[in-house]
Amino acid sequence: MKVLVPVKRVVDANVKVRVKADNTNVDTANLKMALNPFCEIAVEEAVRLKEAGSATEVVVVSIGAKAVQEQLRTSMALGADRAIHVQTDEELVPLSIAKILKAVQEKEQADLVIFGKQSIDGDNNQTGQMLAALTQMPQATFASELKLSADGAEVTREVDGGLQTLKMPLPAVVTADLRLNEPRYASLPNIMKAKRKPLETLSIDDLGVSLKAHQTIVKVTPPAERQAGIMVSSVAELVEKLKNEAKVI
Amino acid sequence: MAILVLAEHDNASLKLDTAKVVSAATAIGGDVHVLVAGSACAAAVTAAQALTGVSKVLVADAAAYEAQMAENLSELVLKLAGDYDYVVAAATSVGKDTLPRVAALLDVAQISEVIEVVSADTFVRPIYAGSALATVQSLDDTKVLTVRTSAFDAVGNEGSAEAVAVDFVAEAKTVFVSQTLTESERPELGSAGVIVSGGRGMGSGENFAILEALADKMTAAVGASRAAVDAGFVPNDLQVGQTGKIVAPDLYIAVGISGAIQHLAGMKDSKVIVAINKDPEAPIFQVADYGLEADLFDAIPELTNLL
Ligand SMILES: Cc1cc2nc3c(=O)[nH]c(=O)nc-3n(C[C@H](O)[C@H](O)[C@H](O)COP(=O)(O)OP(=O)(O)OC[C@H]3O[C@@H](n4cnc5c(N)ncnc54)[C@H](O)[C@@H]3O)c2cc1C
Repeated sequence: MKVLVPVKRVVDANVKVRVKADNTNVDTANLKMALNPFCEIAVEEAVRLKEAGSATEVVVVSIGAKAVQEQLRTSMALGADRAIHVQTDEELVPLSIAKILKAVQEKEQADLVIFGKQSIDGDNNQTGQMLAALTQMPQATFASELKLSADGAEVTREVDGGLQTLKMPLPAVVTADLRLNEPRYASLPNIMKAKRKPLETLSIDDLGVSLKAHQTIVKVTPPAERQAGIMVSSVAELVEKLKNEAKVI
Repeated sequence: MAILVLAEHDNASLKLDTAKVVSAATAIGGDVHVLVAGSACAAAVTAAQALTGVSKVLVADAAAYEAQMAENLSELVLKLAGDYDYVVAAATSVGKDTLPRVAALLDVAQISEVIEVVSADTFVRPIYAGSALATVQSLDDTKVLTVRTSAFDAVGNEGSAEAVAVDFVAEAKTVFVSQTLTESERPELGSAGVIVSGGRGMGSGENFAILEALADKMTAAVGASRAAVDAGFVPNDLQVGQTGKIVAPDLYIAVGISGAIQHLAGMKDSKVIVAINKDPEAPIFQVADYGLEADLFDAIPELTNLL
């Protein structure tokens, strides 16, 4: 069984991004970059399936500029077997990413595609669902537990009211939530080994995908800052302020 | 212009989220219809008919829609979408699961978590955990949007829309197995006026009892940080933040929560924020209107007593 894991390079979760002075975008120059945390969980889950003997091969794919190869190497250091880099310098919307992934999936014929549920830059939470729709696969988003059996996947999902369990035949799309697993740290020998694992580079044209423009970014602005508050010295003072100043109780 | 709103409901009742999405739809302007897709969902339909500004309620009542699974729900919406310029849903677990599928099937992009309608084709949405706001203009013919409901006020109940049955039933390969929903007498996070949230500083699930006592005194909902959920103190559906629930109550009390950007992303639009933390350097104090440097195990019982 083959598992495909699409991954994204994003600004590290611990870095606070700022908006560019000309309000055209956020300023990501010279910021620390990382594998999107949810994608890392997706890679970890795929690798665990391989270690458990359920999966035979884990393929990671990323779409973006040359630099995404760094995150593909990271994914292989975590245990993925090989990587595909679809090179483009354009910033693509999730639908365009999903169309490219559909072409990759047609080549790879993976039985399971595991995504992170969202990337922490765009916060779109769309790509997995879109690939599932374009390929007519069933989907289980926001997964906190994944079990494979002879007749498919059983997935527990984190939903607004609690937990929901769904069962579906393969091939299927699963998107990882935070509590699916705790990713391992890549060991130094595995980081070295990852450098020699196969990494194939393709262009969007190679895949025969044609894309169109769907939206324009009019501007990117900082959110309204909250007014600085005050420190109170006791619980009694807090209650007094909430009653008489804020008038919320 | 015609707008189709996917109702947020649990078959037995319509969620307040629907009234907030209708409010966003009304801001776009046009004929607003609501689709209630579920099973034995008559009560939700009646509630949707009463929403101010809704002119028609489409009802797809079939066993196949009981669990509101994205796979076939998206087929249903696609079937109806031809009559509409917009398809809009709340950014809830059902909306986030289903609408991207609808958008992909329509070959249009989705704009996620809209917090402001600028014009008929231009919307504002947060990116980078709310560190920036992107104003996005859609070039697509059909606009597919999810709405962050904490950013919109609910419409009232002065409507009397007609209900029309939709008899299209799409089947799914996905099978619903089971569901464990957190039972609580307290208000829901999304609609509570007051939220009391606990973090890793609570120390254990048992210790949440002191927060619950405070919440009950204030008719508040209980929330939590990711760390508190990961540690197993409370269930996942209490998580507030970038990847949990986004809330904006009148009063948010953060207890033993440090204030990581991912947590702030879920609550920084609250009207009044109170932080109780024993570390004076905790970043939560930078967004708090009232900060109290104290041990929560002293402060919370005292607060409950004084109210
Ligand atoms: C991709 C990603 C997504 C994330 N999504 C979310 C999300 O949706 N929501 C979320 O909350 N987090 C999220 N996080 C995690 C976030 O980065 C923080 O790790 C988390 O919010 C920390 O939770 P905390 O404040 O409870 O714990 P800590 O940071 O450990 O803070 C505990 C606080 O309790 C205080 N404290 C301890 N004991 C006491 C006491 N007796 N009295 C008073 N104060 C006390 C301490 O001083 C400290 O400030 C996400 C992280 C990533 C990488």
